[in-house]
Parts: sequence; C-alpha cells; structure tokens
Amino acid sequence: MKILVAIKQVPDTATAVKVGSDSKQIDTTGITWIVSPYDEFAVEEALRIKEKRGQGEVVAVTVGPDRAKEALRSTLAMGCDRAIHVNDAALTGADTLTTARALAAVVKQEAPQLVLTGRQAIDDDMGAVGAQLAEVLGWPCASWIMEETVDADAKTVRVGRQVEGGLEIFELPLPAVLSAQKGLNEPRYPTLKGIMGAKKKEIKDLKAADLGLGALTPELSITTLEALPARPPGRIIQGETKDAVKELVRALREDAKAI
Amino acid sequence: MAGAFWCVVEDDRKGMPKKVMAEVLGEAARLGGPVEALWLTDKASEDGLKQLGGWGATKVWLLENAGLAPYRGEVWVPPVAELAAKESPKAILAPVTSRQREFMARLAAKLGVGLAADSVALARDGDKLVATRPVYAGKLLSKVTWAKAPYLATLRPNVFKPADAQAGKSAAVERPSLTIPPPQMKLVERREEVSTGLPELTEAEIVLSGGRGMKGPENYVILEELGGIIGAAVGASRAAVDAGWRPHRFQIGQTGRTISPKLYMGFGVSGAIQHLAGMRTSKVIVAVNKDAEAPIFKIADYGIVGDLFEVVPELTKEFKRLLEK
Ligand SMILES: Cc1cc2nc3c(=O)[nH]c(=O)nc-3n(C[C@H](O)[C@H](O)[C@H](O)COP(=O)(O)OP(=O)(O)OC[C@H]3O[C@@H](n4cnc5c(N)ncnc54)[C@H](O)[C@@H]3O)c2cc1C
Repeated sequence: MKILVAIKQVPDTATAVKVGSDSKQIDTTGITWIVSPYDEFAVEEALRIKEKRGQGEVVAVTVGPDRAKEALRSTLAMGCDRAIHVNDAALTGADTLTTARALAAVVKQEAPQLVLTGRQAIDDDMGAVGAQLAEVLGWPCASWIMEETVDADAKTVRVGRQVEGGLEIFELPLPAVLSAQKGLNEPRYPTLKGIMGAKKKEIKDLKAADLGLGALTPELSITTLEALPARPPGRIIQGETKDAVKELVRALREDAKAI
Repeated sequence: MAGAFWCVVEDDRKGMPKKVMAEVLGEAARLGGPVEALWLTDKASEDGLKQLGGWGATKVWLLENAGLAPYRGEVWVPPVAELAAKESPKAILAPVTSRQREFMARLAAKLGVGLAADSVALARDGDKLVATRPVYAGKLLSKVTWAKAPYLATLRPNVFKPADAQAGKSAAVERPSLTIPPPQMKLVERREEVSTGLPELTEAEIVLSGGRGMKGPENYVILEELGGIIGAAVGASRAAVDAGWRPHRFQIGQTGRTISPKLYMGFGVSGAIQHLAGMRTSKVIVAVNKDAEAPIFKIADYGIVGDLFEVVPELTKEFKRLLEK
C-alpha cells in the first residue's frame, strides 16, 4: 500500500517571531525550523501502517521553499521511503487552496491509496489543507482522527474522529484523506541509523509547471501582520491566602466583572 | 437573498442551535447583513427555528434530511455549493467547532474561494471584508482579505458579541429542494464521552485549568467542585494530559483546544508558550502558582503566588458563601 504524507515546515514555537519589513511575512532570521507537530503524528501513523502490513511505501511531500528540504529529511530519518519537494517561487506564501491544488496534482501523479496530514500547521493555524485536498480530489475525508485501522485488503479504513462530546467511528472507502489529531500516536525519534540513511534517500524536486498548475492567484491574502497588542500589566494580590482569595473574588466580580 | 450573510448553524444534535450561534448571527448583523441562517440537520425543531429568528436571522435555509446526520463533508458540501451558486451570498460564517472547521474548508475548495479560519475579528472595508486571525502560536495577528465573494470564515467562540435574543421576532423558513448525495463514509458508532456535568471546554464562559502542579489525577476533584459552583469547565495543560491525569480532549494549547473564555484561571500551570497559544485571547486571566517567576504571571490580570491546594478550597468556600447570600 502506498501512503502519501503531506507535511509543512514551521517555526519552532519556542523561538521568537518578529514581523518582517514588508508587514506581511515574518522575519525569518534566527528562526529554528521544525516539522509541524501534527504532521509528525501523520508520519508516524503512515509508518505504523506500513510496518503492520509488512510492505508498502511511505512518501513525504511538502510545498515550500529551499529550507523545507530539511523538514523532508527529518521525515526520511523517521522512516519515510522517499520525498517530493514542490519548490517554486510562484508558490511562496500560497494560500491553503493553492497548496491543496498543488498537492492534489502530486497525488494524481503518485496515486497513493491513502493521504495523511496533520490537523493543522502551527504557523498560520488555518487547518484547511487536508480537507481542501480531499475536496479537490473528490475523496472522502476524516479530520482530527484519534485512531485508525486499515483493513487487510486496503479497501477501507476505520477511523475515530474527534467531535465535541465524543468520538465518531467511521468506515471510509480508500482512497481517502485523513488528518491527525494529537492522541493518535506518539511519534518516534529518528535513530542515528535513520539519520544517516536519510541522506541517501531520494528527494524529488518539482516545479509548478511539472504539476500542470496554471495561473496561481491566491483567494486569500494577508494585508498586514502585526504583533499582538500587549495586555495591560497584571496585579499580584498579596496577603494571607484567605484575604488574598477574598480580594481576588471581589476584584473579579466588581472590577473585572468576569463572574 | 443575494448579498446575504449566511450563518451555518451548529446544533446540539437534538434540534436546537447552540448558543454560540448568537455570536455568529450577532456579528453578521453588525457587519450589515442581511442575516440568514443555513441549517443542515436530520431534524430541526420549531423552538430551534424560533431561536434563530430571535437571534436576528430574517430567513432560515433549512436542509432537513436523514442523510445529513452525522456530519459528513462529502454529503454537506454539494447541496450548499448548489444553493450558494443560486443565491450568491456575500459571506458564509460558521463557529469554530471540529466539524465546521472541516466543512468550511471543503466548501471553500468547492466554491474556489478563500477561507479565514478561527477569526477573532471581522471588519468591512467597503464591499470587502477583512478578518483578523491569531497566528504563530498567538504571538502575531494576521489580517486577511478575500479575492472574491462569498467570503468564508469561521469565528472563534466567546470572542464576538452575541445578539440579544428578541422574543417575537421570527425567521421565514425556506426549504430549498437540493440533491443530497449518498455518503461514502459509513458511521459505525458514536462513543459518547463520560459527561462531567460541567460545560464543554470550548464553549464555557469560565475555564479552570490544572497543570503539573495538580500533582496527580485524584486532585482534579477540587477543581471540579469549584467548577460545579461557578459553572466552569475544567481543562488541563499538556504536562497533565501526557502524564495520563486527564484525557486529551481536556488539553488546552497549541496541540489541544483553543479557548477564549470570559475568565481563565490557571492552577499549577507555568504558562509555556504552547499553553498560552490556546488561551491567550481569554478576556480575564488569573494565575495561581507557587513560583513568583512563572511566565504565566506575565500575561495574568490577577495573580496569587501561593499553594493551589490552599487557594482552591478557599475559592470554593468564598464562592459558596456568596451564592448562599
Ligand atoms: C510541540 C509542542 C506542543 C505542545 N503543546 C502544548 C499544549 O497544547 N498545551 C500545553 O499546555 N502544553 C503544550 N506543550 C508543552 C509545554 O511546552 C509545557 O511543557 C507544558 O505546558 C507545561 O505544563 P505545566 O504548566 O502544567 O507544567 P510545568 O511547566 O511543569 O509547570 C507546573 C507549574 O506548577 C507550579 N506548581 C507546582 N506545585 C504547585 C502548587 N502546589 N501550587 C501552585 N503551583 C504549583 C510550578 O511552580 C510550575 O510553575 C507543547 C510542547 C511542545 C514541544
């Protein structure tokens, strides 16, 4: 069974981000880049499916600039067999729909039986690419999955989709798109052997033209990016616990009117 | 009506719209309307339809069909796209819930338009709309705009001002005849979560959050007791969830739920950037932590430096005393 995992490289949350000089993008100097954490759940799940079946191929794909190759290398180190890098200036800062269309073109070339992605990328938190990819392909899709089992013939997949108040268990015909929620699995760390091996694995570069993508006009664009306005300074309530709590409750009711 | 603001209804699966719809409908009215609701359900109730009218919908597009429950994107998207092509709404808005996030993304792809997910503000700019969204773990705000209508956006709960319910106002109900495709996905079962008797985390107006400082799963009862008195949901940090003290659905943060309550109170939570990502748009933030240097105090409106095991019981006592008055 062939599985495609769509991943994105994002800034590590722990690093500070600053608005760039164009006020539309971040200033990328000094940023540490990582594979978006939800995408790691997707990679892990794909590898587990392959391992459980004893055969198959896991292909990682990303749409991103040169630096995104590092993220693909990380997934190869985890165990993906090969990778595809859609790297084209025309796709820099693409909106989710454009990204989904580019990925759909890759899916058509690769013809996998299953596509996995993270529930959302933790940079712009749009959480739309997986579902949009399914729509462009006309495939069924289940988002925020917490559990997954592919049947023996690789004809269907049973998933648990997280919804408010519970878990909905669905059976989907394959091919399908699934997006991973935290709780699906615990991603592995690459071994030293994995890291060494990753250097020899293939990363195929593709341009928009290789995918037959026509004019790429974004449907959603950023007009400005700005720092979060600072919250007004807070107040530490001093005193014995009992008095402090009384004062806190009074302040919450009378000053903040929060309760 | 052409140029209308459609509000996709999130319901309780028992025929009533959820109260978050007051916020979506209220925002649609504030943006100038006309305000119309779009309700896909297996069964709507008269009271539910009245409620939508009371919250300001002048019309309800009602798609009532057994095939529409449970939600499946492949079933919901085609009829809505068909209706949108006929009616040309200016915008389609929905509250952020797990299914609406997927539905709106698929719908945007089908219509070939942009989607602004998890917006915290919307503004009109002439005939255009501008959405504000927290990005990069909530460290920055991004303003986005669409190339063409309909403008699709999901709205973060508890952020937008709800419409005041007006008794006696009602909406015209329209049942368009549309093709509902058969599902490819089959529902096997629905596993209900054990009810805590407390509000849902993402909907609650008050959230109590317990971190690693709670020391163990057995101690969450003190937060649940306080929650029961003040009507609060109880959430947790990832450290507490990963330790197995609380199920994942209670996790607040970047890899958990995003919440924006009127009041967030953190107990034994240090305030790591990934936790803040999920709660920093809360209106009032209270922190209780033994360590005066804990980063959460930097964004807290009120703080008590102290032992949560002393503070929580006092809080419970104080609120009980006030309620009895
Ligand atoms: C990719 C990634 C994603 C992540 N996503 C999330 C996420 O979604 N949500 C999240 O929460 N974290 C997330 N984290 C983890 C995050 O970085 C922190 O590790 C986590 O939030 C810490 O949880 P905590 O505050 O409960 O624990 P700690 O940081 O250990 O803090 C415990 C606090 O309790 C205080 N304390 C101890 N005892 C008491 C007492 N008796 N009374 C009062 N105070 C006491 C201590 O002073 C301390 O400040 C993520 C991390 C990564 C790398």
